[in-house]
Amino acid sequence: MFNTALTWSDLAFLAQGAAMTLAVTAVSVTAGTLLGILFGVIRVQAGPYWSMPLTFVLDVFRSVPLLIQLVLANAFQSIAKLGWAPFTTSCVVLSLYTAAYCTEIVRGGITSVPPTTRRAARSLGMTWWQDMRYIVAPLATRVSLPSWIGLTLGVMKDSALVLWLGLIELLRASQILVTRLQEPLFILLICGAIYFLISFPIARLGGYLEKRWSPND
Amino acid sequence: MIEIENVRKSFGTLEVLKGIDLTVQKGEVVTVIGGSGSGKSTLLTCINGLEPIDAGRIKVDGTEVHAKSTDLNKLRSKIGIVFQQWNAFPHLTVLENVMLAPRKVLGQSKQAAEEMAVKQLTHVGLGEKLQVYPNRMSGGQQQRMAIARALAMSPEYMLFDEVTSALDPQLVGEVLDTLRMLASEGMTMICVTHEMKFAREVSDRVAFFHKGVMAEIAPPEALFGAPKDPELQKFLAATH
Repeated sequence: MFNTALTWSDLAFLAQGAAMTLAVTAVSVTAGTLLGILFGVIRVQAGPYWSMPLTFVLDVFRSVPLLIQLVLANAFQSIAKLGWAPFTTSCVVLSLYTAAYCTEIVRGGITSVPPTTRRAARSLGMTWWQDMRYIVAPLATRVSLPSWIGLTLGVMKDSALVLWLGLIELLRASQILVTRLQEPLFILLICGAIYFLISFPIARLGGYLEKRWSPND
Repeated sequence: MIEIENVRKSFGTLEVLKGIDLTVQKGEVVTVIGGSGSGKSTLLTCINGLEPIDAGRIKVDGTEVHAKSTDLNKLRSKIGIVFQQWNAFPHLTVLENVMLAPRKVLGQSKQAAEEMAVKQLTHVGLGEKLQVYPNRMSGGQQQRMAIARALAMSPEYMLFDEVTSALDPQLVGEVLDTLRMLASEGMTMICVTHEMKFAREVSDRVAFFHKGVMAEIAPPEALFGAPKDPELQKFLAATH
């Protein structure tokens, strides 16, 4: 029948890798989303002309392959003697990468709110901030959520690239086991299953929220 | 009292208001009629400061609307405006739609805001719809909700910008009835409308706008019965 040299401690090793993947993803998506909201609001408020420098920088982060960004950032922090740990460098790069995409998602969400609805809010005496907080934010969130879930899942998988900076996340942990045990198919199958187990709840959460909000739209 | 003095307003090279003078007294109902692009809707959005003006002055109870020192958000809480598109907040129930501004702008307690909202919604005939989301209601109901939402701020003035123009014909009546009710209660109102019969019934004065100029203003009997301005005569002939 089926034989494997994989032990429980190897599985624990994989779980540690998964924990690293989760940690990098959680930090990057949180920071990237916060930055993305900030940049998205700035882009809408400042208009296309004044936000050109910001748009340009974000375009760079969206266009250059993530692997190159990671390697360059790591080299840069070393030259600049910043003394960043690989985890910090990874999170900084992935956060900016996430922010670049999130900015566009947020911008799209904000512009999807009809100007007439916002005018109605302002005409009731609401300030710009109250309009943003109570009208624009909830409506834009509904529109942006599916894209944001997609971005989160993408970043989670792209975070595998941080193995190039020496971080032992899920994919790197699997590679180490493959090298040692020479059972690539079985181990990669497990690795893929773990990625799926992490992604599935996030995707379901998105589906749940969409469903909960849909009767009102 | 709303005092409009020599107000001018352009969008790009197009001058939509060419020196408007109009004073509306407390308790008065003034309707504004005229063709599309005559500037009548723009005037309303200037009165509550949603649009800046290029020249002239608008004063509401002595406060100059477009002065830099004026707190527009405070001023707007006493000038209610309802638009052609009812602009419900789709993520909030009818009750929450009406409660939001009194709570956040006026700082009312939840209980006080709810009491007021229920009162105003009942007033416009939506007492049964408190927990419904706006998209489940007809255009006429949503428009009445928008009126209740403005009334919940206890405004001293109400501006109505073609509030029945986007409605199906059979829904126009219920909204006009709501406006008639407000007029009979003594609310100070400026209504931009295409409903001539309504204008004739409720108005103390009717103003006719043509190409950015207030061509004629008179009590409804005089304006509809013996129009002096040739453009107004043409306009009335075309709308009858």
